[in-house]
Amino acid sequence: MNGTDLLVLSPLIVLAATAVSVMVMAAFCRRHGAVALMTQAGLILSLAALGPAASHAPRIVTPLLIVDHYGIYFTGLILAATIAVAALSYDYLERRARRPEEFYVLLLTASLGAVVLVASRHFASFFLGVELLSIPLFAMIAYQKRQWRPLEAGTKYLILSGASSAIFLFGMALVYSGLGTMAFDRIAASMARGPAAGPYVLAGVALVLAGLSFKLSLVPFHMWVADVYEGAPAPVSAYIATISKGSVFALLFRYVTDTGAYRDQAVIVILTTVAVASMLIGNLLALLQGSVKRVLAYSSVAHMGYLLVALVAGGGIAVEAVGFYLAAYFVTVIGAFGVVTLLSGNPEHGDTDAVEDYQGLFWKRPWLAAVLTAMLLSLAGIPVTMGFVAKFYVMAAGVSGATWALVYVLIAASAIGLYYYLRIVIALYRPVSERLRQVPLFPSPFGGATVVLVAAFLLLWLGVYPAPLIDLLHATAENAG
Amino acid sequence: MLAALIIILLVGGALAWPAQRLGEAWPRWVSLGVVALDLLVLAAIALSPGGQGPWLAQSEWAWIPRFGISVHLGMDGMSLLLIVLTLFLGVMAVGISWTEIGQRVGFFHCMLLWTLAGVVGVFLSLDLFLFFLFWEVMLVPMYFLIAVWGHEARYRAAIKFFIFTQGSGLLMLAAILALVFAYHEQAHIFSFDYQTLLSARLDIGTAYWIMLGFFIAFAVKLPAVPFHAWLPDAHTQASTGGSVLLAGILLKTGAYGLIRFVLLLFPHASQVFAPVAMFLAVLGIVYGALLAFAQSDLKRLVAYTSISHMGFVLLGVFSGSALALRGAVMQIVAHGIITPGLFMLVGALQERLHTRDMGHMGGLWSRVPGFGAFGMFLAVAALGLPGLVGFVGEFLVLIGTYGTHPVFAVAASLGFVASAIYALHLVQRTFHGETRGTEAVPDLSIRELALFAVIAAAVTALGLYPQPVFDLVSPALANAYQAGGLIMRLTRL
Repeated sequence: MNGTDLLVLSPLIVLAATAVSVMVMAAFCRRHGAVALMTQAGLILSLAALGPAASHAPRIVTPLLIVDHYGIYFTGLILAATIAVAALSYDYLERRARRPEEFYVLLLTASLGAVVLVASRHFASFFLGVELLSIPLFAMIAYQKRQWRPLEAGTKYLILSGASSAIFLFGMALVYSGLGTMAFDRIAASMARGPAAGPYVLAGVALVLAGLSFKLSLVPFHMWVADVYEGAPAPVSAYIATISKGSVFALLFRYVTDTGAYRDQAVIVILTTVAVASMLIGNLLALLQGSVKRVLAYSSVAHMGYLLVALVAGGGIAVEAVGFYLAAYFVTVIGAFGVVTLLSGNPEHGDTDAVEDYQGLFWKRPWLAAVLTAMLLSLAGIPVTMGFVAKFYVMAAGVSGATWALVYVLIAASAIGLYYYLRIVIALYRPVSERLRQVPLFPSPFGGATVVLVAAFLLLWLGVYPAPLIDLLHATAENAG
Repeated sequence: MLAALIIILLVGGALAWPAQRLGEAWPRWVSLGVVALDLLVLAAIALSPGGQGPWLAQSEWAWIPRFGISVHLGMDGMSLLLIVLTLFLGVMAVGISWTEIGQRVGFFHCMLLWTLAGVVGVFLSLDLFLFFLFWEVMLVPMYFLIAVWGHEARYRAAIKFFIFTQGSGLLMLAAILALVFAYHEQAHIFSFDYQTLLSARLDIGTAYWIMLGFFIAFAVKLPAVPFHAWLPDAHTQASTGGSVLLAGILLKTGAYGLIRFVLLLFPHASQVFAPVAMFLAVLGIVYGALLAFAQSDLKRLVAYTSISHMGFVLLGVFSGSALALRGAVMQIVAHGIITPGLFMLVGALQERLHTRDMGHMGGLWSRVPGFGAFGMFLAVAALGLPGLVGFVGEFLVLIGTYGTHPVFAVAASLGFVASAIYALHLVQRTFHGETRGTEAVPDLSIRELALFAVIAAAVTALGLYPQPVFDLVSPALANAYQAGGLIMRLTRL
């Protein structure tokens, strides 16, 4: 390990150092504002370190990690999203939690896990990253330990996450027993050499995919998602939806491409089936939910399915499509959960997430309702939002790969999905409900309001003029080779 | 200059909204002013020389170079005609909503102007990505027009409208992408430019599937049976202004798309497909007319007549006859004036009687003679009385189609008979017969009288002298056939 290695790893190092510093500081000085500021400063520093790291990319550091443009792009997304979630959490925790400082340690550690994930090229770092990401999440979900819903959600996530870890550990072991290696590129080389990799290896690959599907809440491993989203504090739900799923998907993409698994017909069949089931079942389950958080949970199942379309289609355009889709999804979901967070101002109750609570919101709080409308239309893929360009990209990938069946299912699923997004949109513009009339207005705190407005601005700006991001992604994909 | 047409409407919408703070009437006047300004700019563009070929004006800016997407706007005679119709109906919609919309006036006019902006964008786009963007984005303000100011079952109707049009739109997006990638295989560049893609050489099988994607999206919007299920609900539940825009211009975007994209991009495939399309057209003509007859809700009745009338457009477009194609364009104009007129009449009646049920009307002629006179006039215009604009379009479509496909022409002329039945049925049950109710009902106000007079004048003028419309669109339609390489005898009317 030399100086350049340290330089390209500096975003991770800064992030880890920030987590430790925040922990030490929280032990001595219990001041929420100072801890939150330090967290933000560390995150921004880490983001700034991406620039020098990018100038030396791609570079393999130790057998475990690779810092390439692909990884750096997703690291940037993860760090930016962490900044947004930290800002949203500040007000939320200030009102509710008695000791909010440790939350930031958990947040930073989880993000460190996510960054490791997107840079990993080996089963060991892959597993480390997943655990580093998941374990803090148990505590983040159940951070309000005096309420039963977050506790229930945290326990569910703990058990199912543990089960999924066991599954892909077993899968990794099977692959290792068959091929004698855990590095992605060597797995690819071994699989390419042997005509048939043998049933154990294939089973291993399938188990790893199943474990990842748990984290991505793909059908048939989607059972936990609605309860956890509903029970978790709104900023944490945003975290699970964006950073946790985004980084795992980035890893899945790298895993499938680097190990050459996509050349295996069986793997493609599995992924296609999972994609079709996720798109349809996710959207169908979302249809009848009465809670905005549950709707967003099931819609995330469908969105992960849409992303799989790009993955199955493959080709150079798939990298760009995944990159754009995840960026759009991050912005949209943070905006949507941001509005939920801002409306959940009453510490006596759980989060404000019943659809009736939103009825007539536009006439009472026009800006928040307008932002939420834009976010929902983006999730539905309506133009002048990023969500549209993202869906365009995924469909372009699907068409270029001639995966017509998936494209048709995507179209049908999107049409179904429109219903529940529009149901919420319509509620916002109905006459003001009694429940909303009685709710006292909480002024929107500075941090949360900034996050929501920035998200809305990005959503429209990159929706109308996506060329800069597309060019960046095109360059990333070219560099990836 | 062309972009100004869209930007004026967008900015105008954003201004009309806060104008509400100055008073209820402000958004209305701002909207009228904005549309008038747009008309002036349009006139300036149309009259200034500098176009090439059929194009009166074009402009292009780079947008997403990675995929060869640009902001490419262009206007030929057909776009000009439809934009004039759009802005004309914009004025009508503002006028007829003057007293009907009493709540959230600023928001209403903003949505109205933004709908117009989206539709104008559709008529101007020469880049398929841009076209699709406008195609989808015009749904959003329209959705609000139905959902916020509509009638009793508005939420359901609005969602249904949105899902039908957006879902079919995605099929078109898949078709657009398939076309672009097919072109990429030949030329090794990405381009969404309409004029570039005209030169794509597709084998007939590929072209057929891609054409079908476009066709379904346009057929939903038109609407053609069996894709019409959204229309009766949306038209009935929308406020009067919304119905005017829906019937008058949103349906026309489907017809425009059929001519501009399906016929021009896929001349051979659409020829192969023509019998199916014409069958659907005839089905729509007869089915719409029969169902119109069965309605007791006045607005629903008018909605079903739309299906019947738009069937003639579909028939004319696919008949393969230049005469019938011109007839189809004429029918677009005719339907775009008469049906909004009928919706305005029904809306004004509903504002007074608080019902759309013909069972609760009857004998209205003696109580509100102004309504009776215009109702009678518009009803006979809808049934295609010679001398009025409705006749010109339907007659040309039928006579043109008779030359190429006599069976379809004969079947479609059954629709003529049915339309006479429903139109007279409407007049009889509403205006004649026993008087119900005794309370005083005010007749047409001066504002309404002026609006209906303008419509009546347009219906009569274009019915007696339709030549200006043909002169305007002939170069564009001639281009339609040359581009396809089809040998088509263009007889001057």
